[in-house]
Amino acid sequence: MSAEIIISVKDLEKHFNAGAVHALNGVSVDIEKSEVLVVIGPSGSGKSTFLRCLNLLERPTGGSVVFEGTDITAPRVNINLYRRRMGMVFQHFNLFPHMTVLKNLTLGPTELLKKSQAEADKKAMQLLERVGLSDRADAYPSQLSGGQKQRIAIVRALCMEPDVMLFDEPTSALDPEMVGEVLDVMKELAKVGMTMVVVTHEMGFAREVADRVLFMDEGVIVEQGTPEEIFDHPQSERLQSFLSKVL
Amino acid sequence: MAEAFAKLKESFIFNFIEGARWKYITNGLLVTLKVTFFALLLGIAIGVVVAMIRSSYDQTKDEMQPGFGKTLMTGLNNLARLYLTVIRGTPVVVQLLIGYFVIFVSTTNTVFVASMVFGINSGAYITEIIRGGIMSIDPGQFEAGRSIGFNYIQTMRHIIIPQAFKNVLPSLANEFIALLKETAVCGYIGLMDLTKGGDVIRGRTFSAFMPLIAVALIYLLLVIFFSWLIGKLERRLRSSER
Repeated sequence: MSAEIIISVKDLEKHFNAGAVHALNGVSVDIEKSEVLVVIGPSGSGKSTFLRCLNLLERPTGGSVVFEGTDITAPRVNINLYRRRMGMVFQHFNLFPHMTVLKNLTLGPTELLKKSQAEADKKAMQLLERVGLSDRADAYPSQLSGGQKQRIAIVRALCMEPDVMLFDEPTSALDPEMVGEVLDVMKELAKVGMTMVVVTHEMGFAREVADRVLFMDEGVIVEQGTPEEIFDHPQSERLQSFLSKVL
Repeated sequence: MAEAFAKLKESFIFNFIEGARWKYITNGLLVTLKVTFFALLLGIAIGVVVAMIRSSYDQTKDEMQPGFGKTLMTGLNNLARLYLTVIRGTPVVVQLLIGYFVIFVSTTNTVFVASMVFGINSGAYITEIIRGGIMSIDPGQFEAGRSIGFNYIQTMRHIIIPQAFKNVLPSLANEFIALLKETAVCGYIGLMDLTKGGDVIRGRTFSAFMPLIAVALIYLLLVIFFSWLIGKLERRLRSSER
C-alpha cells in the first residue's frame, strides 16, 4: 500500500472512572487519505469513544493518535490547531442556536482562519448551494428541520476546509424520511475524495460507500475488511450475531 | 378633605421647595444610580471571570494532567470559593464599613468606595447566577465549539456566554434591582445617596412622612421602570431565535 496515511492510531485505550470502565482496549488502525472508514458495532462497543479520541474530545488514557505526522496525544501539543483540520459532525447537530445559519458557518473561518467576512460568506454560500440550502442562510437553526440542521452542520465543518471529516452517528437523531438527504451529502463528499471516518448504524450506507468497515465490540476491533468481506462473509461469531440483529 | 390636601401641599412645599431641599433628593438619586451602575459593571465582570474559573475547573478537574496548569487552576478555584464564601457569608453593611475604614482608607471618594464594595459583593451573587447559566447550556455546544478549533476562552466568548447570558437575564435583572435597593445603606459611610438625602431633609424639617415616602416612591418607580425595560430586552432577545 503506497497511499498516504493521514491518521495513525496505535494501542488506543480509554478508561473512565479511574479504570472502572474500559471503553477502549487497545485499538490500532491506519486511516488513508481519501478513505471512507465506517465503524459499526453494538451500542457501548466504544465506537463513539474511538471517534471522539481522534480529535481528543475524549482524551485517551493510553496509546497515541498521529495526525498528519504529529502525535497529537503528546503533551504540549496545541490540539486546537489540529482540530481545525478535522471536521466533526455530531448526532445532535449542535448548531449554535443564537446565530443565523450563515454566522454558524463563518464563525470559525473568520475567527480562526482570519478570513474576511466577505470571503467566508462566499465560501459558505458556495457550500450551502451544494447541499441545496442557500435559501436558508439567514434562518436560525430552530427554523430548520433535522435533516437541514445536519446538512448545515456538515457544511459548518467543511467551511474550515478540513483534511478529514469525523461523523458521530450523524443520522441517528433524524426522522427516517430525513436520513436520505444527509446520507446523500455524505456520499457526495466521499465521491470528491474527502477522508471520512463514520460511526453509524446505517448498514446500507456502509455497504455502498465504505472503502473499509471496522466492527468494534467491547472496546476492540473484532473484525475489519471491505464491505463485502464484513457483510457477506463475516468471520467471527460476534459479527455474525450482530449482523443478524441489524440486517 | 380639602383641608388635608392643603396640609399635604404645605408639607410638600416646606420639605422640598423651601431652601431648595429637593436638591438632596435629585443629587442623592444621581449618586444612587451612579453607584448601582458602576457596581453592576464591576459585578458582571467579576461574575463572568469567577464563573468561568469555577465551571472550567469543575468540568476539567478529572481530565487535567498534573503540572503547572492544574496547580494554577486549583489555586484559582480555591481562591474563587474563598471569595464566594466570605462575601456571601458577611453582611454588606459590614463589607461597606470595612471597605471605607480599612481597605480604602486613603481615599475620600465615597462613590468610588461604595461602587467597589457593592461591585465586589454583587460579583459573588452574579458568579453563581452565571455559573448556573453556563451549566444550563448543552455540553454539545461546548464540544461543537472545541471541535471547530476554538480554545476554551474563545468557545466561552462566542458560543457559551451569549447563550448563557440570555438564560440568566431574568436572574441578573433581579440582582440588579436588589443591588439598586441595597445601595440604600451607603449612608453608613456618609455617602449622600437617595436614602440619605431623604433622611437629611427629615433632620432639617423634623417631618418624617413627606421625605421618606418620597424616597420610597422614587425607589419603587425606578424598580418598575427597570423591570419594564428588562422585560422588553428579554422579549427582543427571545424573538431573534424564532
